[in-house]
Amino acid sequence: MKNPYTPYPVKIDEIDIATEDKSLKTFKFVFLNKADEDNFSYKAGQFAELSIPGVGEIPIGIASSPIEKGFVKFTVFKTGVVTSHLHKMKTGDVMGIRGPLGNGFPWDRLEGKNIVIIGGGFAFTTLRSSIVYMLDPANRNRFKNIDVVYGARSPGMLLYRDELFEWEKRDDIHMNITVDGTDDPDWKYNTGFVPAVVEAKIPEADADTFAIVCGPPIMIKFTQPALKSLGYQDSQIIMSLENRMKCGIGMCGRCNIGRELVCKDGPVFTLEELNLTPGEF
Amino acid sequence: MEIIKIKKSDWAGGIDKSRKTYHLFGPVKHKNHHIFRQLENNIYPDMEYMSSVLSPKSVLFPQSQKILVTSADASGKACHIFTPPEQDHTPRAVIGIRPCDAKAVQLVKLNFDTKEYQDPYWCSAFEATTFVGLAVNTPSVLDFSTSAGSGPFAQEGLDVLLVDCKDHYLAKILSQKGKEFLNTAGFNEKEDPKAADQVIQQMKISAEKAICSVIQTQHLKKKTVLELYEAPFWEDIAFSCISCGTCAYVCPTCWCFDIQDETQGKTAVRFRNWDTCMPALFTRHSSGHNPRGEKIQRVRQRFMHKLKYFDDKYDQGIMCIGCGRCVEKCPVNIDIRDICNLMNAYKPEKESDAGEIKGEIK
Repeated sequence: MKNPYTPYPVKIDEIDIATEDKSLKTFKFVFLNKADEDNFSYKAGQFAELSIPGVGEIPIGIASSPIEKGFVKFTVFKTGVVTSHLHKMKTGDVMGIRGPLGNGFPWDRLEGKNIVIIGGGFAFTTLRSSIVYMLDPANRNRFKNIDVVYGARSPGMLLYRDELFEWEKRDDIHMNITVDGTDDPDWKYNTGFVPAVVEAKIPEADADTFAIVCGPPIMIKFTQPALKSLGYQDSQIIMSLENRMKCGIGMCGRCNIGRELVCKDGPVFTLEELNLTPGEF
Repeated sequence: MEIIKIKKSDWAGGIDKSRKTYHLFGPVKHKNHHIFRQLENNIYPDMEYMSSVLSPKSVLFPQSQKILVTSADASGKACHIFTPPEQDHTPRAVIGIRPCDAKAVQLVKLNFDTKEYQDPYWCSAFEATTFVGLAVNTPSVLDFSTSAGSGPFAQEGLDVLLVDCKDHYLAKILSQKGKEFLNTAGFNEKEDPKAADQVIQQMKISAEKAICSVIQTQHLKKKTVLELYEAPFWEDIAFSCISCGTCAYVCPTCWCFDIQDETQGKTAVRFRNWDTCMPALFTRHSSGHNPRGEKIQRVRQRFMHKLKYFDDKYDQGIMCIGCGRCVEKCPVNIDIRDICNLMNAYKPEKESDAGEIKGEIK
């Protein structure tokens, strides 16, 4: 019987400060055992438990992409006991990763479709994973148009800035980077909240379009009417949720929304599915 | 089907024989009540017990359990590489478990033994365990098991059903595991199965008749989650709750747990502990956001989970076996039977009706 609580041992290979306020860091992990890397085969949109022995575990979306081999990456906001401890750790330190967990984005259903990606703040990690996955030459022709809206409070709070600006230059993905506000006179992208940019820049829905939305609750709340005005049905809006978790495998009982377990049945649901639940997230 | 007769004068001897192969668990008097615990060599299960404060769920799911250990000594090679501790999966037997508590184990199994993941601690313990049940001849006034998918003589989840017939037990063998246990204990006096089963049937009928407490569940399935969730009675139900969690700890079907780490000297240990959905911390995000921050949301979660979400998810009836423990122990008298009946009978007012009623009140 495989023990789903035992983490794979990993070593911190690289730590990048991800935002100007240093509240987010991106950790690159390498597996101590090659076989574990093969077993940790994941889809964009899944998450894992980062496990620090003696401290605890935290569920974090996987920021690296399935096409990136030899390592896994997670971008972590410093907020509680485990994340604060992780932010103090150094390269070379050994810890654990348990996963991959959750359903991930529904790639079978997304194939051959136009994809709209809408992200805000720290919630761009699994979206970054998805974009890198779709832009891979082996995958790009499996999807039609890709439109992205990604917003943060200020330019320095955008995650993965180098990649964002590279994607801006490409013609096979339409980027709409935005910030709430900036005093940088050289800022050449959008200014304004995500829902407004969605309404102005995102194409109207047709039957072949899906929107993936990840962000803070306030952004999600105001993005829904924006998408609705563009003709998106609830079945075309895909959301990735977070709830407090412990086990990550559907057993410990705290992340449920009605009968759905966010850790195992989710974290990805369509808005249509969520409309049938009590919405406790 | 095989039925064995066990003379009460032979009982203790058989229990002693079985100890050579099995770790025994059973009801033992503790102060003014009974608890289920492991039986040392000179301790025998108290087969006269009426009920135990806690169900025997801890035999498979201890209140606190080490799940992983590792060295926290940075100078060593295996530092911070977690592995499961050694576990004892030699045969164990639960003697005298009530039929409804055995049914509860089957419901908990749906959580721990799934298609995608098997909880190795629970599943191994389950595999190792033989359930030797004791039929309830005189049900308590709080017993509502017959309307909750079980009953005083129910067999589901049992390997042997013992029926107390004054000077002897009739032992109905229900599985290979049960047969092996009785063999090991040296109980092998076969009864005529037809005649013995008739005796058991008679006793079953009179025990079931003695149960006067019932719940109604027949309409729960066809109601939608949102209908029940938005029903107006939750505020009243939750009003007196003090979020103590007693209901969850005494419940044989509650399985929620917490995972916590500790460093003890140069060893880091990961534990899992029983948890309850009653306090706000249970679901609080690190940001402070809490999807069930209000007491009414948590009380509603408890009963919706047991009486609606569970059946919607597994199609195995409600997540309650009618033992009556939570009814007895709740310090503010919240009664799952009333809530179940309220949910079952609830008919949401149609919007048009609601409008008419509003129109009348002027």
